[in-house]
Amino acid sequence: MAKRVMLLVATNKGLFILDSRDRAEWRIRGPFCETWPINHAIADPKDGTIYAGGGNPWFGPAVWKSTDLGDTWSHSSAGLAYEAGEEPMSTVWSLAAVDGALFAGVQPAGLFESVDAGSNWAHMRGLSEHPTRPDWQPGGAGLILHSLLIDPEDGKRMWVGISAVGVFHTEDGGETWEPRNRGIRNDYLPEGQQYPEIGQCVHSIALASGRPGRLYQQNHCGMYRTDDDGRSWISIEAGLPSSFGFPSAVHPRDPDTLFLIPLNGDTKGRYVPDASAAVWRTQDAGKTWTALRNGLPQENVFFGVLRQAMATDRLEPFGLYFGTNSGELYASADEGENWSCIAAHLPTVSSVETLMVED
Amino acid sequence: MTGAGTVLVRLPAVLANLFPDAERRLEIQAETVAELIDGLDARWPGMRDRICDSSPAIRRHINVFVDGGRARLSTPLRAGADVFIFTAMSGG
Repeated sequence: MAKRVMLLVATNKGLFILDSRDRAEWRIRGPFCETWPINHAIADPKDGTIYAGGGNPWFGPAVWKSTDLGDTWSHSSAGLAYEAGEEPMSTVWSLAAVDGALFAGVQPAGLFESVDAGSNWAHMRGLSEHPTRPDWQPGGAGLILHSLLIDPEDGKRMWVGISAVGVFHTEDGGETWEPRNRGIRNDYLPEGQQYPEIGQCVHSIALASGRPGRLYQQNHCGMYRTDDDGRSWISIEAGLPSSFGFPSAVHPRDPDTLFLIPLNGDTKGRYVPDASAAVWRTQDAGKTWTALRNGLPQENVFFGVLRQAMATDRLEPFGLYFGTNSGELYASADEGENWSCIAAHLPTVSSVETLMVED
Repeated sequence: MTGAGTVLVRLPAVLANLFPDAERRLEIQAETVAELIDGLDARWPGMRDRICDSSPAIRRHINVFVDGGRARLSTPLRAGADVFIFTAMSGG
C-alpha cells in the first residue's frame, strides 16, 4: 500500500488540507469549516478522523469533524461552554486525541473532554478550580490554553501550556494539577522575582520521543528543556539568535533533536532575525544549535511562525513543515536539510499537523 | 398564514448553512425570543449555541429584530410577529 502524507493547515480563514504521495508534489484542498477561524486541527491516529477547533466571531466556538479525510464536515459545541454567569468561551485553541478521548483547550483558558468523538463535551473542572486560577493573567493573544500534551504511555498524564500563566501537569487524568514552571524566567518581573510559581509566558511545549520525562519549551523569555516531567527546567537558549519564538517540533524518534524558529524579539516586529528565514536544530538536547536555511528565503523576509505552525511526519527520513503568518507553507522531505515553498497566498497559518494515510 | 403564538422567522444563510436541512424562513410558536431560539434548537440541535453564548445572552455580533426593533432573549413576541436574525456587519 502506498503512503500518502496529509498536512492539516489551520488558518484564520478556514482549514486547508494538502496531500502528497512523494512529498514533492502537493495538492491543496479547502478552505473547509465554512472559512471559520481555525486554531488547531488534528487527526485521531486511531481512525484518521480529522478534528478542527476554532471560533467564529459571530457564532462562537466549535469543533469541526470529518470522518472522510476532509470531504464532508459537521460541527458541534454541545457542552463546550462555561457555566452561566462566567465569561463565555470565545474559541478553541488546541486539540489532542488519545485512547478514544478527545481533549480541547480553549479561551478563556480551560480544558474540555469528549468521549463520543466530539459530539458532546464536558468541562474538566480540576484545572479551572486550581487555587492559582484567580491570579491567571492573559497574554497578548488572550488567556488561552494552547498547548496540550498527553503521555503516549499513560493517558492520565498530561501537560498543558497557558499564556501567560505557564505549564501545568496532571497525573490523574485532570482531577488535580500542579504548576511545572521551576527554572523558567519571566523577564517582565522585577529582579529577584523572575522565577515565580506561575506567570511564565509559555509559547509552546513538545514531548520528546523515546525518552520519558523529557519535554522542550519555547517561552516568551527563552528556550528550555526538562528531563523530569517539568519539575525543573534548564535554559537551552545559548547559541540561538534570540530568546523569543513560538513553535517547537521534536524529532519523531530521537529525543535529543529539536527544531525551533526563533524570531527577532517581542518588541522588534516578531519576524525572523535579520529578515532571513531559518529553522534552528539541536541534535544534542539543546547544547549546540545549527541554522537550516537551504531553500528558505534569505533576504527581506518579514514573516513569523505561530506557536502551533510547525510539525513533522513520521516517515524515514521524516518530513518537517511550517506555515507562516503571511500564508506560506514550507516543507522539507529530508529532516530540515532542504526546503521548498509548497503553498503561498494562504491566509495566516495558525497550525500545521500531519496525517499518514495508507491507500 | 399565522396562528396564535406563531411568529415568522428568517435566518441568515451563513447560519442556516451550518445545519443540514435548515430552512431560511419558517414559522414557529414562541412567546419570547428565548423560546423561539429553543424551538430552533429543537429542530436543528446546536443552533442555540450559534445564536447565544453561555451568559446566557444573544451573541455580541448577532442581532435579533422583532417587528423592526432590536430584541433581547426576554423580548416578548406577539402572535404574527416578524423576526429576523442577522449577523452583525463585522469581520476582517
